Amino acid sequence: MQISMTVNGNEVSSEIEPRVLLVHYIREVLGLTGTHWGCDTSNCGTCVVLMDGQPVKSCTVLAAMAAGHDIRTVEGLATGATLDPVQQGFMEEHGLQCGFCTPGMMLTARALLDKNPHPDAGEIRQAISGQICRCTGYATIVRSVQWAAAHPAAVAGAGLEGAAEVLDGTDTVVEDVATETDDAEVKA
Amino acid sequence: MTVINERESNPAAGDPDRPIGYGRIQRKEDPRFVRGKGNYIDDLVLPGMLHGAILRAPVAHARLVSIDTTNALSHPKVLAVITGKDLEGLKLAWAPTLSADVQAVLVTDKVRFQGQEVAFVVAEDRYAARDALELIDVEYDVLPPLVDARKALDADAPVIRDEIPGRTDNKIFDWEIGSAAETDAVFASADVVVSQEVVYPRVHPAPMETCGAVADFDPVDGKLTLYETTQAPHAHRTLFAIVAGIPEHKIRIVSPDIGGGFGNKVGIYPGYILAVVGSIVTGRPVKWVEDRSENLMSTSFARDYIMQGEIAATKDGKILALRTNVLADHGAFNATAQPTKNPAGFFSIFTGSYDLQAAYCKVTGVYTNKAPGGVAYACSFRVTEAVYLVERMVDVLARKLEMDPAELRLKNFIKPEQFPYANKTGWVYDSGNYEAAMRLSMELAGYEDLRREQQEKRAKGELMGIGVAFFTEVVGAGPRKHFNIVGLGMADGAELRVHPTGKAVVRLSVQSQGQGHETTFAQIVAEELGIPPENIDVVHGDTDQTPFGLGTYGSRSTPVSGGAVALVARKVREKAKLIAAAMLETRPEDLEWEKGRWFVKGDPTAGKTIEDIAMAAHGTLTLPEGVDGNLDAEVTYDPPNLTFPFGAYICVVDVDPGTGHVKVRRFIAVDDCGTRINPMIIEGQVHGGLTDGVGMALMEIIEFDADGNNLGGSFMDYLIPTAMEVPDWETGFTVTPSPHHPIGAKGIGESATVGSPPAIVNAVVDALAPFGVVHMDMPCTPARVWAAMQGRARPPV
Ligand code: FES
Ligand code: FES
Repeated sequence: MQISMTVNGNEVSSEIEPRVLLVHYIREVLGLTGTHWGCDTSNCGTCVVLMDGQPVKSCTVLAAMAAGHDIRTVEGLATGATLDPVQQGFMEEHGLQCGFCTPGMMLTARALLDKNPHPDAGEIRQAISGQICRCTGYATIVRSVQWAAAHPAAVAGAGLEGAAEVLDGTDTVVEDVATETDDAEVKA
Repeated sequence: MTVINERESNPAAGDPDRPIGYGRIQRKEDPRFVRGKGNYIDDLVLPGMLHGAILRAPVAHARLVSIDTTNALSHPKVLAVITGKDLEGLKLAWAPTLSADVQAVLVTDKVRFQGQEVAFVVAEDRYAARDALELIDVEYDVLPPLVDARKALDADAPVIRDEIPGRTDNKIFDWEIGSAAETDAVFASADVVVSQEVVYPRVHPAPMETCGAVADFDPVDGKLTLYETTQAPHAHRTLFAIVAGIPEHKIRIVSPDIGGGFGNKVGIYPGYILAVVGSIVTGRPVKWVEDRSENLMSTSFARDYIMQGEIAATKDGKILALRTNVLADHGAFNATAQPTKNPAGFFSIFTGSYDLQAAYCKVTGVYTNKAPGGVAYACSFRVTEAVYLVERMVDVLARKLEMDPAELRLKNFIKPEQFPYANKTGWVYDSGNYEAAMRLSMELAGYEDLRREQQEKRAKGELMGIGVAFFTEVVGAGPRKHFNIVGLGMADGAELRVHPTGKAVVRLSVQSQGQGHETTFAQIVAEELGIPPENIDVVHGDTDQTPFGLGTYGSRSTPVSGGAVALVARKVREKAKLIAAAMLETRPEDLEWEKGRWFVKGDPTAGKTIEDIAMAAHGTLTLPEGVDGNLDAEVTYDPPNLTFPFGAYICVVDVDPGTGHVKVRRFIAVDDCGTRINPMIIEGQVHGGLTDGVGMALMEIIEFDADGNNLGGSFMDYLIPTAMEVPDWETGFTVTPSPHHPIGAKGIGESATVGSPPAIVNAVVDALAPFGVVHMDMPCTPARVWAAMQGRARPPV
């Protein structure tokens, strides 16, 4: 069947088998492998994406059901070199180890902050309670989301050390990028 | 509540003249992960790649009567269906395990556990491969299963491994250590002896990413490239060479980003071998990634130890001796990943942190109709079981003596001046200050106040428990003369190259599964060489690019590879000294080192930085006799001894008297891992392990019904803590460096997983003291706690 939807702001349209899960559509047809899968029973939340701004488990949504909707994946969190505060928060507060649950956790956090810009620790825990992280023990995820809440302005260029170095000196924007990067490290 | 968030930062951080070495810095791997640009096994797509799926046995014990693959083969998208018979022809039906046993790759004669591999389908896409599994017809002749390990040695027990000529029972091994006679003598004359059966149930590491592989066999040059979720790429290469008969120089193992390991990704699973066979048969790359049920039902489980513990003491609380008899359920194949001479891993550290007169243990390993494995889930080769046993027994003794459990421990610790301390089972503990860690933990917890609060609550009928546990780990195997895995000595290599412009690349034999190796190992080089970590790239997980070594498990990366990296950096530093002397036209002995440069003693202005020296080394300078024209070095580090991290944990729980539900209110963890490289990463490792502890103590268990059906085969049944079940961790630390390690580091990865379960169970049992409960087995689920409150060992079935 033919489906179309918006993914990270881009119109996409594909011919698919009706039974294809959204997670497989995103990963295998669109090649956006930042969305993961980790279980067969809708328990782990590594597959979470935003559908019209709401976190959904993409292993439990058929691609066909997402037709006509607006999907946002981890690849759509940053704007070019500018990270979402949630992404920066996870790096600042060690909210990730293996990184497998991280895209889903960050998208849930983004949806939470959009609704509630100053959640307390209990509200953050509640928001991510449908998702499992086997590495971090959650406390640093809570701190990461709190960091993002406290720094709502996005951080330009952080986390792009490689690009900053390669681009260094090639144009004026990049100067900023390099400085911000250094700052980020010093703060640590 | 006191939350101890350590935020120590390196004094040099941010000072451009004094580059960062140790200290809290952000992880170098994070930018790709937060952007969704990690590269995990299932993200890999090769041109022409096919997909494999495994048909698994629905029953635990059965003769295989027939397999009919005709219908599956006629599926338009199916390219191959491989059965045990096909593998027999290739001599690949059975593969050696990591414990000198063999394991069936695909069933040829008999199914031995539910979920065992029966056939392998290779198809054009993921969905088609799964569809084709339904088209395979298999006939089984069901046999009575052996589920209860306690019955494994009964005369009428079904013999599981009847394919082994002459085998008539299910015993794998008997193993003992310590002196039985000495221990019996101490027990005979002791004032107090208590005994308790303590069960560590079967659990599963369940990393968020399941296991998988992409095999790419090039028929022209005969080279196999195997991408797989492995914690030990080099060991896998050697084993694949032996198993598949492919020459070792024609095998490249690549371990991409790994979504958690915890021991689950040490062994070689049938799926990996089948992906290779699939690629050889079809001439195209084949991907196989298991689903969650396959992961939970067929890959390496952990624990499953039934331990009979006995402890002897004087009536005033001096612990004299420990004795234990263990029945170990290894499942259908003995496939535990452990050093060859240690069939029970490092369980013999069950003497714990106490100065004893005698100790003895005997472990009997048996086969059952369950999945194979055993050593996995962050256990440091069964230190987890050992620590759980001793820490439960000390609490049982405390109850008997009516002593405070913290007090009893303080009275019996090995004292700082007794290190290096030789225990009664052959370990030499490197260093420790146990009392300091225990007292710090009690101070952070407000121990006295907690006990007072508990008294008040008890008077009101509320159930509050305080659990204390102290652990000593033994990690960082080798030395290679004592420890090997299937004959491969447990040493690890490191190579360091400093490029002409002073940027460096360090190559490691170990493989991160989230521990942050790309950061930590860069920091070790940075500390030793004085170049900033961002100028050092860490290469790992590719056998074509890295030196040989045994990989990451048993908390061995920092103790072994950390040593290798420090030494290789020092080797480069010494070479740099010779070159600097030539540049400065002086003698090497006249030079002095400060972070990042060699300078002339007494004249700090005359010096050369590592960058200057690197350029000169690769330039036109006339180099001193015997110095090559580069700034590179390599070492293989064979550790002189293991390292012994330790910690003092206190857990506070509230038990709902109406439902038996346990809430972990607080958890205070004081860890000592010796020298601390990146405190942020250390804290993260501890938090993760504590969460594992909550899982095992309260939620996680893989059980089987009488027919051998696995009752924990999905995340609906196998419960893992979410953010709602764990508290905000309170951590603290002491620093007792390892005297024999190049940088004094001891390792941290598994400490909290090892130390936390006894703290939590001790807290639950403490909460239930008003009901006369002295012990209950994990997991302390509401049903089991409720049963314990009623004086029953188990809830009614
Ligand atoms: S893959 Fe586990 S909830 Fe979607
Ligand atoms: S970071 Fe590994 S599962 Fe969350």
